[in-house]
Amino acid sequence: MDDSILLAHGSGGKLSHELVEKKFLPFLANPALNKLDDSAIFEASGRLALTTDSYVVNPIFFPGGDIGKLAVCGTVNDLTMNGARPLYLSLSAIIEEGFLLSELEQIVRSIKKAAEEAEVSIIAGDTKVVNKGQADKLFITTSGVGIISPGVDISGANARAGDKVLLSGTIGDHGIAIMSQREGLRFSMALESDCAPLNKLVSQMMEVSSRIHCLRDPTRGGLATTLNELAWQSKVGITVEEAKIPVKDEVKAACELLGLDPIYVANEGKLVAVVDPADADKILARMRKNSYGRHATIIGEVTNEHPGKVVMKTKLGPSRIVDMLSGELLPRIC
Amino acid sequence: MKFIDEYQDNKLARGLAYKIAQRSTKTIRLMEFCGGHTHAILRYGIRQLVPKTVEMRSGPGCPVCVTATADLDKAIALAYLPDVIITTFGDMIRVPSSYSSLQQAKAEGADIRIVYSTIDAVEIAKANPGKSVIFIGIGFETTAPTIAASILKAQQDKIENFHVLSLNKLTPPVMKALLDSGEIKLDGIIGPGHVSVIIGPHPYEFIPRDYGVACVISGFEPLDILLCIDKLVEQIEKGEPKVEIAYPRGVKPEGNRKARQLMGKVFEIGEANWRGIGIVPQSGLKVRGKYERFDADKAFSVSLKPPREPEGCRCGDVIRGAAMPPECKLFGKVCTPESPVGPCMVSSEGACAAYYQYGTPENSQGF
Repeated sequence: MDDSILLAHGSGGKLSHELVEKKFLPFLANPALNKLDDSAIFEASGRLALTTDSYVVNPIFFPGGDIGKLAVCGTVNDLTMNGARPLYLSLSAIIEEGFLLSELEQIVRSIKKAAEEAEVSIIAGDTKVVNKGQADKLFITTSGVGIISPGVDISGANARAGDKVLLSGTIGDHGIAIMSQREGLRFSMALESDCAPLNKLVSQMMEVSSRIHCLRDPTRGGLATTLNELAWQSKVGITVEEAKIPVKDEVKAACELLGLDPIYVANEGKLVAVVDPADADKILARMRKNSYGRHATIIGEVTNEHPGKVVMKTKLGPSRIVDMLSGELLPRIC
Repeated sequence: MKFIDEYQDNKLARGLAYKIAQRSTKTIRLMEFCGGHTHAILRYGIRQLVPKTVEMRSGPGCPVCVTATADLDKAIALAYLPDVIITTFGDMIRVPSSYSSLQQAKAEGADIRIVYSTIDAVEIAKANPGKSVIFIGIGFETTAPTIAASILKAQQDKIENFHVLSLNKLTPPVMKALLDSGEIKLDGIIGPGHVSVIIGPHPYEFIPRDYGVACVISGFEPLDILLCIDKLVEQIEKGEPKVEIAYPRGVKPEGNRKARQLMGKVFEIGEANWRGIGIVPQSGLKVRGKYERFDADKAFSVSLKPPREPEGCRCGDVIRGAAMPPECKLFGKVCTPESPVGPCMVSSEGACAAYYQYGTPENSQGF
């Protein structure tokens, strides 16, 4: 039984300490965390950004990542999308009794790897163990603090007519990779989740232009939902061209099979940028030099027409409204 | 990408649209039978590509939508029986019924599981020998062979706790019922692609012969549909209606014999209750007596209150092609994909859902 999580691991006693010391500290060590005080203390001055997110992905291991990588990248990206440079993360794990310690270690290793890539430190943490059946294997919550340089003002409300809409790469990879692993739907394909920290890509974009107006990562709800959020927040219209939106062949095929539209499928390593038209090409060129932006492209522009709405020119030419995702994505039946 | 991008080619589509516009002189009305076609037509903006002389209506080809309220009430009542697991395709669980929905029953503790294949339902039965597993069998000729196969699999593996509530329906008889009613005048029908893969083109021959209506079977990519419309317009302009296949890579003249044999082995033809249309003779599939122990209708009895339709909902009219979704007063206001009143707004193949999701800039004021 010593190879799986016991309720005693959450008792606060000896086993709890052992869990932290053997399974978390060796991988995530840093001066603030190592102290094991009740709170982590750090220095920062200027404008700070704070965000939090919970991760309950099923399955917890998927092609191209796992819940640990997702928990780091997701929070890093949320900070990044406001132009903040991520500094510190906290991480809480709710673990179901019986969860394998070996799997936990694998996930903590992947947290370490993602945090190293994003150059953030995890300086505070917590673990809880719940009875079997009260959680599904492992839930992780991360919060993050980032610092915003003076003069940077990136917000979903800043899009203006004439701005160009940039997309950093292919859409739907994460959602389809996860769906391919779901119980009852398993299909094999050479597709990995795009889960990635985007802070370096964004800092490179900000180096070449100070006229990035909005940034957003199209996660749940996909590209369509993100574009609608931006149109609504900025009270502008957005027009995009379907033919310009890059979609991998595997994603296209899976979407055809399941009756889904890739613009509604989740991403975890992509961003949408709304930028001043004068800087669009410069930003695009810089994005393409980063491996996470290699397939970046301009997909559309911001307009004063149809405020709050997203209009897509279909592959055949006519235009149609693109609404937000409603309900769950369910495969078709016939 | 092979077999997808080729059928979405912009230049070819514009060329076909031009050809249709050149050909079309008469004002005509076409019906796409299949919900999959409705979605493709709206998603790619095909209505805006065809000339104004060609009016397009959506038909009854959405399995979830045509399921009668009384039948859905029965499925929900079955869900409340002790030791029963209901297995169903995804969209069904959200459809509001007379007094509840499968989703509501699930929230109240009924064991209802979404499956992607009927064989998964058999597996659930195998894994739960102490429970009765009932699969809600909806769909047309496309789905019926797979449901037949699941019953044969259960028989072969001696899985006695697997049952099917057969609500399966057949397409040619309901087309006949629509044409007989004369409620809306049609000049041509965009024939269902997937159904025809199974049954072939011959079952539609009565359409041009008895009603003088053109019928061309179409695939689901935009070029397939434009090619189909072109053929329909050509037939109608020449006054020579017939059955044609504009989807030869999917539909063979003989259809799929093996699938039909499976269907015939397990099912027999009987009447079916269609939402918005009513009882249509010879339009449903019932489990044959030989397999009756798998027939949920025989194995369980539930008492049902009389069904009632949601007030103001025009799904029935939409299914018959008698109303366009925006003509319904509830459309986009009371009835949305988030809080659907009728099945046509729920299903991924429903006409209302397609009109809502793929509105054009011109007609979106309603939302």
